[in-house]
Amino acid sequence: MSKVQRGTRPWRSIDSTVLLQQLFVHLGTPILAMFVTINSGISGYSGFLLVWFFLHLVTASLLGKLGKKKKAVSDSVFEVLSSAAVLVFILFVLSVLQPVFQLGLENFQVHHLFEDAKDTGVDTSLDIGGLGHALLGTLLTVGLATLFSLPIGVLAALYVTEVRGILTPFVRFFVQAMSGVPSIIAGLFAYAVFIASGILTYSGFVAAIALSILMLPTVARTAEEVLKLVPDDLRSAALALGGTQWRSVRMVVLPAARSGLVTAAILGVARVIGETAPLLLTAFGNREYNLNPLEGPIATLPTYIFQQFLLGTENDVRRAWVAAFVLLVLVSIVFSIARLISSRFKQA
Amino acid sequence: MDEMDSISTYNEPATESVTTPRDEIIVTDKVPTAMEARNVNVWFNDHHVLENVNLIFPKNSVTALIGPSGCGKSSFIRTLNRMHELLPGAKLGGEVILDGEDIYAPGTDPVGIRLKVGMVFQKPNPFPSMSIGENVLSGLRLSRRKVSNKSDILEEALTNAGLWKEVKDRLNVSAGSLSGGQQQRLCIARSLVLNPDILLMDEPCSALDPGSTRKIEETMMELKESMTIIIVTHNMQQALRVSDYTAFFLAEDGNPGEVVESGLTVELFHNPRDSRTDDYVHGRFG
Amino acid sequence: MTILHEPEVVEPREIIISRRFSDKVFRAILVIGGLFAFVALSGIFGYLFITSLPVLQYAGISFFTDSFWYMGDTLLPSQGSIDPPQLGIFAMLWGSILISVLALSIAVPISMGLALAITHFFPKIVSRSLTFVVDLVAAVPSIIFGLWGAYTLTPHAELWAKWLNRNLGDVIPIFSVEFEYFGQSPFMAGIVLAIMIIPIITSVAREIYGSVPRDLITGAQALGASRWTMIRSVVIPFGKSGVVGGAMLGLGRALGETVAVFFVLNIVTGNVNWFNILESEGGSVASFIISRFGEASPLEVQALFGAGLALFVLTLVTNATATLIVNKARRRR
Repeated sequence: MSKVQRGTRPWRSIDSTVLLQQLFVHLGTPILAMFVTINSGISGYSGFLLVWFFLHLVTASLLGKLGKKKKAVSDSVFEVLSSAAVLVFILFVLSVLQPVFQLGLENFQVHHLFEDAKDTGVDTSLDIGGLGHALLGTLLTVGLATLFSLPIGVLAALYVTEVRGILTPFVRFFVQAMSGVPSIIAGLFAYAVFIASGILTYSGFVAAIALSILMLPTVARTAEEVLKLVPDDLRSAALALGGTQWRSVRMVVLPAARSGLVTAAILGVARVIGETAPLLLTAFGNREYNLNPLEGPIATLPTYIFQQFLLGTENDVRRAWVAAFVLLVLVSIVFSIARLISSRFKQA
Repeated sequence: MDEMDSISTYNEPATESVTTPRDEIIVTDKVPTAMEARNVNVWFNDHHVLENVNLIFPKNSVTALIGPSGCGKSSFIRTLNRMHELLPGAKLGGEVILDGEDIYAPGTDPVGIRLKVGMVFQKPNPFPSMSIGENVLSGLRLSRRKVSNKSDILEEALTNAGLWKEVKDRLNVSAGSLSGGQQQRLCIARSLVLNPDILLMDEPCSALDPGSTRKIEETMMELKESMTIIIVTHNMQQALRVSDYTAFFLAEDGNPGEVVESGLTVELFHNPRDSRTDDYVHGRFG
Repeated sequence: MTILHEPEVVEPREIIISRRFSDKVFRAILVIGGLFAFVALSGIFGYLFITSLPVLQYAGISFFTDSFWYMGDTLLPSQGSIDPPQLGIFAMLWGSILISVLALSIAVPISMGLALAITHFFPKIVSRSLTFVVDLVAAVPSIIFGLWGAYTLTPHAELWAKWLNRNLGDVIPIFSVEFEYFGQSPFMAGIVLAIMIIPIITSVAREIYGSVPRDLITGAQALGASRWTMIRSVVIPFGKSGVVGGAMLGLGRALGETVAVFFVLNIVTGNVNWFNILESEGGSVASFIISRFGEASPLEVQALFGAGLALFVLTLVTNATATLIVNKARRRR
C-alpha cells in the first residue's frame, strides 16, 4: 500500500533566490532612497518618501521582469501604487492618532474625569480642575438625543417592514436624504427654532434636538435592516394565532430583533458623539457641571476641545489634547460595543 | 350546524371535471359540515391562480388536498383563514362559509376568524425569543385571552400534540433547542391552545424525518375527534393513511388551477373518476 | 364530495379588511413615524427660509453671487439703517466647492488603491484588518482632525506648499500665489478633508469591487490577463458608477464639514480665491458660519441662516444624486 500523499501547491515556488531578490528590493530600495535624499539636498521626511516611491517603482518593475514568474511592468507598477496608497493612508492615520495618544496620555490625570473647571482660569496648571463637566455633558446630550431619535427611527423602520404601504419608497428616500444634512445646519435649525425664538436658552435639550436630527437616519436605516432579518413566517405564525398586527409586532417581531435594535441605537450614538459644530451653536459651553438639560449652557467634550484649543496657551492646549484623548477612547468603546453586538446578532 | 347532502354513489363516470352541472341528484346521509368553499377563485394581481373551487369539509374529518406543486393548494388553504389577503396583490372571488356565514362578508373580523381556524406551516416556526412553555401559550397572549389554569392548558395541548413527555421537564428552555419534528409538534400544540374548530396544515411533514412524520400523523388521527383537519400534502401515501376525504388539484398548461376531483379517499385513489386523477395517484406524473 | 353549484364566471371581489381599532391606531402611528423624516427636512428648510427671508429679500440674488460681508450698523434699510450691510457669500460657496473638489482629487485615487488592495491584492487577514482600520477612521470625530490639521499637518504642509510653489508655481497656475505666506490655505483644508472622506469612498468602492461577478474575472484570466490588466479592464470599469457614487457621498460630507477645516483656513469674504490653492485666502460656508456666530448680532444671525440655507440646498442636491447613483450601481449586481 503506497503512502497517502499530502497535497502540495506546486505553483507557489518558494525559491531561495526569489526570496533573496524580493528582500533585496524591498529593503534595499528605502536604503538607497535615504542615500539619494541625503545627497541630493531634497529635504525632509516627505522628500524621502517621494524618492522612495519613485525608486521602488523602478526596482519593483525590474524585479518583476527578472523573476521566475515574469510579471508585466504594469503589474509591478500597480502593486507599488496600490501599496503606496495604503501606506500613505496608514501614515496619515497614525499621524492623526499619535499626538492624541502622546500628548493626551502624557497630560492625563485621573481627577480630570471627575472635576469640572470652575476653579480654573486661563492657562491654569493641569493639576487643578478637569473635564468631568464636559464628559457628563456629552453623555447627557447624547443620551437625550437617543431618547428622541430611537423611537421615531424604529417607527419609521416599522412602517417599511410591517405596513409596507405605498409610501415606502418615499419614507426610505427622505430618511436617506436626511443623512446628508450637514451637522452645522442641524445646529442652526435647533438654534433658530428654540433659542433665537426665545423659547429656551443654550441648553442640553436644544443640543439633543440637533443631535437627534443627525442620529435619526442612522437609527432608522439600521433598524430597518435588522427588522427585515426577522423571518416572515414568524409574522405569519403570530397572525395565525389570532394576533393583531400591533400585538404581533410587540410580542414577536420586536423581541426577535432586540439586539439588532440595540445596535441601531449604539451606531446612532457613535455617529453623533463627536459632533462639534451643532453643539457650539446650541449648548455653547460651561465651566461647571450642569445637570439640568432645560436650562443653561452645557459643556460637551467636542466643544470643550474646540474652546480650549482656541485659547492657545500652553496649559489650555494640553487640556484640549487630554479631552481629545478621552473622546477618542469613548468613541472607540462605543464603536467596539456596536460591532460586538451586531456580529453576535448576525450569528443568531 | 350546517347540513348538506353527501353523495356516496353515482351513475356513470364523467369525462370532464366533476364540478360541471349534473342531472342526477343523489341524496343519502346527512353529514354535518365544518366549512365550505363556494366558487373560490384566487388571483395575484392579474394572474388567475385558482378557478372555481367548490369543496365541503365535513366535521370531524381529515381532508387531504393533493396535487402537483404550483397548482394553488397553498393559496387555497390560506383563503380559509383569511391569511391570503396579507400577500401583495392578492385577490379573491367566491365565498368561504364557516358556521353559516361567509368569512369574507364586509365587517367580519379577520382576527376572530383565525381564532376558529388555526394553521400549522410547512417550516416549523417557533418564536425564538420565547421558551417552550411560552411558545405554547403565546396564542393566549396574542389573542388576549385570559385563562386561569395556564399550566393545565399547557399540559393538555402538549399531550394532544404528542410532545408532553419529551419536554415536560424543560419548559423554560428556548424553543430552538428542539429537533425539527419536535418543533413542528410544538407549533401544533401552540395552535391547539386556542381550541380551533378547524386546523389547517400546509405540508406540515415535508421538512421532517419519517419518525416525526409518523408521530404527527398519529396526532392528526387523534385530533380529528375534536376538530376538523384540512391538510395539504405532496405525499400520497400520507393522504391515504390519514385522510377521510381527498381533493385533487391540478393546473394544466398555464391555466388556473382547479379541483379535478374530490371525494372519499379510498374511492378517489382506487376508483378515480377522472383519468388525470388516475394518472396522478399512480405516479405517472407528479 | 361534489357540489351541485353552477360554476359561474366570478370577478374578484373586494376583500374588506376590517381592522381592529388598535391596529388602525398602530398603523397610523407608523405612517406618522415614517413621514417624520420628510416633515423634519421640510421643517428645516422652511424655518431657515422664513427666518432669513427679510435679509435675503434685502440682499437679493447678490447674496449668493457677490463676495462681501459688511454688517454696517446691523440694521436693514427698512429698519432705518444709515449704514446698511452688504452681504454676499459667493466667496464662501466657491471656497466650499474648491476645497471639496481638491479633497476628492486626493481621496479618490487613494480610496481606489485601498479598495483594490483590500479586494484583489492583499491576503485575507491583511484585508480584514485594513477594513477594520478604515471603518475605525470613519468614526473618529472631526474635531480631532481639526486639531491634527492645526497642530501636526500645518508645519509639513507649509513645506510642501513652499516646494510646490517654488518649483511648479510658474508652470502650473494653481500653484502660484500672490502673497508668499503658506500657513493656511485651501490646500491644507483639502488634505484634511481628504483623510476624512477616504473611509466613505473606500467603503463604497470596496463593496462594489468585491462584488464583481466571478465569471468576468476568470474570463479575463483565462485570456492570459495579468492581475493589473484584469483589474484595469474588468474591475475598474465594473465599479465605475459605484466609485462615482461614493465620491459624491464624500463630496456631500466634505461640503458640510465645519471644525475640521476651521483651523486651517484663512477666511476672506471680500475676494474670491478661484484656483490658487496654495494662497492663504479662502473659506467655506460651514466654517464661515461658525467663525461669525459667536458675536453675531440678530441681523447677522439671520444672514447666517441664509448662508446655511444655501449650504443645505447644495448638500441635499449632492447627496440625492449620490444616493441615486449608488443605488443604481448596487442594483446592477
